[in-house]
Parts: sequence; C-alpha cells; structure tokens
Amino acid sequence: MIDVLAANGVTGSLSSIGYGLAAIGPGIGVGIVFAAYIQATARQPESAGLTRAYLFMGFAMSEALALFGLALAFVFQDGAA
Amino acid sequence: MSDSIVLAQDLPWPPKVDDFFLDGLFGLDNWLTKFTLMVWLAVIVLIVLFTRAMRKPALVPTRGQWFAESVYGFVRDSIGKEIIGKDAHRFVPYLTVLFCFVAFTNIYGIIPLAQISPNTHYAFPLTLALISYIMFNWVGIKKKGAARHFKDMIYLPDAPMWLQPLLIPIEFISNLVVRPVTLSVRLFANMFAGHLILLVFTVGGFMLLGADNFALKGVSVVSFLLAIAMTLFEAFVAILQAYIFVLLSATYIEGALAEEH
Repeated sequence: MIDVLAANGVTGSLSSIGYGLAAIGPGIGVGIVFAAYIQATARQPESAGLTRAYLFMGFAMSEALALFGLALAFVFQDGAA
Repeated sequence: MSDSIVLAQDLPWPPKVDDFFLDGLFGLDNWLTKFTLMVWLAVIVLIVLFTRAMRKPALVPTRGQWFAESVYGFVRDSIGKEIIGKDAHRFVPYLTVLFCFVAFTNIYGIIPLAQISPNTHYAFPLTLALISYIMFNWVGIKKKGAARHFKDMIYLPDAPMWLQPLLIPIEFISNLVVRPVTLSVRLFANMFAGHLILLVFTVGGFMLLGADNFALKGVSVVSFLLAIAMTLFEAFVAILQAYIFVLLSATYIEGALAEEH
C-alpha cells in the first residue's frame, strides 16, 4: 500500500493513518462520557459534584486508547516508511 | 526578510522525536540535562513549600500556608474522601505530594525557558506509576493477605461460572499487568502530544513567516495565535492530567482496600 501511495506522490508514515483510526473509538467514547455527564447534571443538578470524579475517570479511561495509538504511531514511525 | 528565511532554515522542521532529547548541560552529556535540573527544582520547591508552611501553622494563615492547605484540602476532599472514603487520611499525604509533583513537572511544559515537561520522557511517569502500583498492592496484601488480595484482583464473584475462564485472564492482565502501563502512558502521551502541538504551531509559524509566498506569511499569524491558544490549553491539560493521575491512583488503592468487588 505504501508503494501505491508513493507512486502517486504521497509520502509519510502509515502510522499516522493508524493513529487516525485509533482515535475514532476513543473519540466516540469521550463524547458519550461527557454527554452522559451533561444529561445526568441536567436531570439532577445537585449530583454534579458526586459524578465529577467518575466523569474524569471515564474520560481518562477512554482517552488512554487514543494515546496508545499516538505513542505507537511514533514507535513504529521508522519501520513503516 | 532574508533574516527570517535563514531563521526558518535553522529551525527543526518537521517536529520529531529527536526534539525531545536535549543536549547535556555544561558539557556533561547524558547525565545532566535540563530535565535533571527541572525535576530537582520541583522536588526542592515542594519540600520547602510544605515543610515551611506547616512548621509554624497559624490560625490566620500566611500565603504559603494558605496555598499548601488549599492543595491538601482539595486532594483530601475531592479525591481522598470521594474515592477512598474513611481510610483516606492515611493516603492523602502521598496523593497530595503526587498531585503537586505531577502538576509541577507538567506545568514546566509552558513555563518560559523550561518549555518542556520532564514527563515527555517515559521514565518519569513510569516511575511514578510504579510507586502507585507497588503501593496499592502493598496496602491490599497488608490488609487482606496476599492470597485474598490477588484473588479479589482477578476474580469477580458475581459472574457466572462459565464466564470465569474468560474473565480471570482479562482481569489479571488489566488489573495487575497493564495498570502501571496505562497510568504512565496516559500522562506521558498527553505531555508528549502537548509539546509536539506547541512545536508544530510555533515552529510552523516561523516556517510560514519565512515562506516566499506573501499569502503564506499572513497565515503565520493564525499559527502564532493557535500557539497561544494551545499554550493556555496545555496549562489546563497539565493540571487535569495531574488530577487524573492521582484520581486513578486513589481508585486503585480503594480497589485494593475494598472487601470485595
């Protein structure tokens, strides 16, 4: 695939595309986390403080996957090109 | 105009991993870098801040005591009591120092002259994560005994029996193997990506300014404005990641102390 892209004048590391793919799931996940927090706070405003710790915990958990993708994009940068 | 072109050619572009490896200071390669100084400075400042603030505590606090007490109070109330519960007082000193140290070393990323966080090197977050990892295993083993602690870590009593062969390996890997990795990679990758983003917009701004095309020179303003905006965002991320690091450490300790899932 690299050869095909290179033949068309596209250069760079395929890892960047891998990172883009890796970011889709966490992107959806982080969106769901914050949507749920907003919904919970709208329904029960006094619970905002109670659920805030879980908001950041859920955010951090889903975000970690995208960050793995980012780290691995750099790890495999040289091998792929 | 020719100055800016020379300037642009000297700048490292595109930003890459090599930009994170700084030269040694005072000709001492490899073992005295900016990171060494920054970490020692953070250690010294935190020791001085907390010992001095609490040496002569007053009812009407001085500025230093007020700051130390508000940080301690924040970690105790919003992380300790919220997550760990009644055992929190044993762990709040550790969590507070961890929070301050991570926040301090993160915020280096946007302080002029420092401009890079030591946490962009994986060794620093990994060491902090391993301290938390050893700690939650240690308190769990101390409270419940090794067998009971590791059983609680990998065994979910409410799940049906036929799922256990699947769940036990998953729980083992996620709770005991990759926990320090996820904890440290989260911090490392955030700081790494943050520094990279700042490099892209700042150095990219100079590159655009040095371009031959007149229209591209104008675009450099957008790049510099984004660099300023991203710097403010990095300040937010630095504190948020310190908070998350401590929050997850507290969660792990709570999980180790809990009687069962």
